[in-house]
Amino acid sequence: MATVRRVSTSSAGTFPKRVKIVEVGPRDGLQNEKNIVPTATKIKLIDMLSEAGLPVVEATSFVSPKWVPQMADHAEVLKGIQKFPGINYPVLTPNFKGYQAAVAAGAKEVAIFGAASELFTRKNINCSIDESLQRFDEILKAAQAASIPVRGYVSCVLGCPYEGKISPAKVAEVAKKLYSMGCYEISLGDTIGVGTPGIMRDMLSAVMHEVPVAALAVHCHDTYGQALANTLMALQMGVSVVDSSVAGLGGCPYAQGASGNLATEDLVYMLTGLGVHTGVNLQKLLEAGAFICQALNRKTSSKVAQATCKL
Amino acid sequence: MGNVPSAVKHCLSYQQLLREHLWIGDSVAGALDPAQESSQLSGLPEYVKIVEVGPRDGLQNEKVIVPTDKKIEFINQLSQTGLSVIEVTSFVSSRWIPQMADHTEVMKGIRQYPGIRYPVLTPNLQGFHRAVAAGATEISVFGAASESFSKKNINCSIEESMERFEEVVKSARHMNIPARGYVSCALGCPCEGSVTPQKVTEVSKRLYGMGCYEISLGDTIGVGTPGSMKKLLESVMKEIPPRALAVHCHDTYGQALANILTALQMGINVVDSAVSGLGGCPYAKGASGNVATEDLIYMLNGLGLNTGVNLYKVMEAGDFICKAVNKTTNSKVAQASFSA
Repeated sequence: MATVRRVSTSSAGTFPKRVKIVEVGPRDGLQNEKNIVPTATKIKLIDMLSEAGLPVVEATSFVSPKWVPQMADHAEVLKGIQKFPGINYPVLTPNFKGYQAAVAAGAKEVAIFGAASELFTRKNINCSIDESLQRFDEILKAAQAASIPVRGYVSCVLGCPYEGKISPAKVAEVAKKLYSMGCYEISLGDTIGVGTPGIMRDMLSAVMHEVPVAALAVHCHDTYGQALANTLMALQMGVSVVDSSVAGLGGCPYAQGASGNLATEDLVYMLTGLGVHTGVNLQKLLEAGAFICQALNRKTSSKVAQATCKL
Repeated sequence: MGNVPSAVKHCLSYQQLLREHLWIGDSVAGALDPAQESSQLSGLPEYVKIVEVGPRDGLQNEKVIVPTDKKIEFINQLSQTGLSVIEVTSFVSSRWIPQMADHTEVMKGIRQYPGIRYPVLTPNLQGFHRAVAAGATEISVFGAASESFSKKNINCSIEESMERFEEVVKSARHMNIPARGYVSCALGCPCEGSVTPQKVTEVSKRLYGMGCYEISLGDTIGVGTPGSMKKLLESVMKEIPPRALAVHCHDTYGQALANILTALQMGINVVDSAVSGLGGCPYAKGASGNVATEDLIYMLNGLGLNTGVNLYKVMEAGDFICKAVNKTTNSKVAQASFSA
């Protein structure tokens, strides 16, 4: 047996006092679900999530229904939801046309995305990373003029389904670009959930040289069961914004049968246990999860929900 | 993230992708590439011993009774994965745990590979003698940090259970048979709710003092979170050296790997897990049970820690036992990798 070195316990115990949870279930979650959910159900889900106290609920994506049929009702959803004071409802805007449609439908915050992988970008939207970011210039200019905050996503930060390994330096480069273009927050996504805590730490170390930690978020997928451990590492590094999806909605388009996002219920459970303030009412969150799972005719992917539901 | 791409079919096959990440496949000491070495978190143990409890803790919480020959085949498969400790069965009365009724046949029937340890649970002296007669060379005893749980589970107080275990451990030591001690409800109890770290420390110290070489701290109902894990270990480590401690985390609330990471950061390097995340939770219908060995190995490999275990072979054993108990795996790694 190898000798065990004495370790300082300080790294195991420092966490932010408050964590902002960005609920992406209605967008990232639903868009990866096979069954199309009626508009009224989407609206009810978002309203229930608002009632649960989540400070940010990503409502929909202004993408062409040709690509993402689930999001075809984006304008109706955004217009139909109750906008609770103090809660933000960002929407994805993949291009300027989408941005304009979003603003016309009442959007007060938008999100754009880049990837840390050239091959992923090429396969996805047929251009280089730099070209993809240039396309967002128009949106950022218009958003700035209209005082609409823009959130930036970076996909594939811990691994890419095409390239495999991704260098932390590349992630830092893309994150820096988005931040300097005007995004107020950069959400770093482990798109295929391959990351583990050491890789998360290396990536964040590199990114934190370029972007202040207060402007960073992590978006972990649970494809290999690593999401909560990776999120814990990010919190230990000082990250205080975490994306998650109620009921762990969303599968993985790259691995049939695999799970998708980190479940918000399981995240809230951990944060509550750590004494970190989230503002979220777990009971109401569980109700929202039960509601959408019934609508989708699927079982929840949240372990907390599985443990607390009465069969 | 973003839009669903149309070019999914052109991406790397999962096997290819995972091989490239170097943390699937053989975990060989010293074979880390420089990139992975740099990613190793400073302060973590270099080697982690995984104690596989699937055949015992896992199966005993499964409804479907697995035939003896399948149990034996399962354990034999696990012996070929590189696991160095496999908990085989429990010499408990079949009245309480019907799944373990064939303990003697299983113990006699498995192939005992050199270098691998095959502990068995022995709740009392009678069980201990039976275990030894059947060829056991390592045993475990099971205490609890909660009086109510102890009464409900084994119908006696903690103190009475400790007296029973003293007899067993004394006999074991007399025969040079190592004894492992478990402490259940280390982070919470289904009857009492919260459990103090001091109580866990007291029970652990008692077991260690009577001669158990290792104490496995069990989050029996999976309610713990990294904060409570840290507090618990800070307390126990004042009395017991970290090298003699293990963590046994249930994933009932999805917290297991996060809790294990915390334990590793505190210097613990022995972790219990069950292949496929076998075992439900008798206290929460529909809830999941043990942390899945596959998911644990995935994390440890990614951290650059040596386990000696081949993840692919573990997944194969997991596939075998899931068919035998007629259920889908609880391991996310297995779910992602065995995609159609």
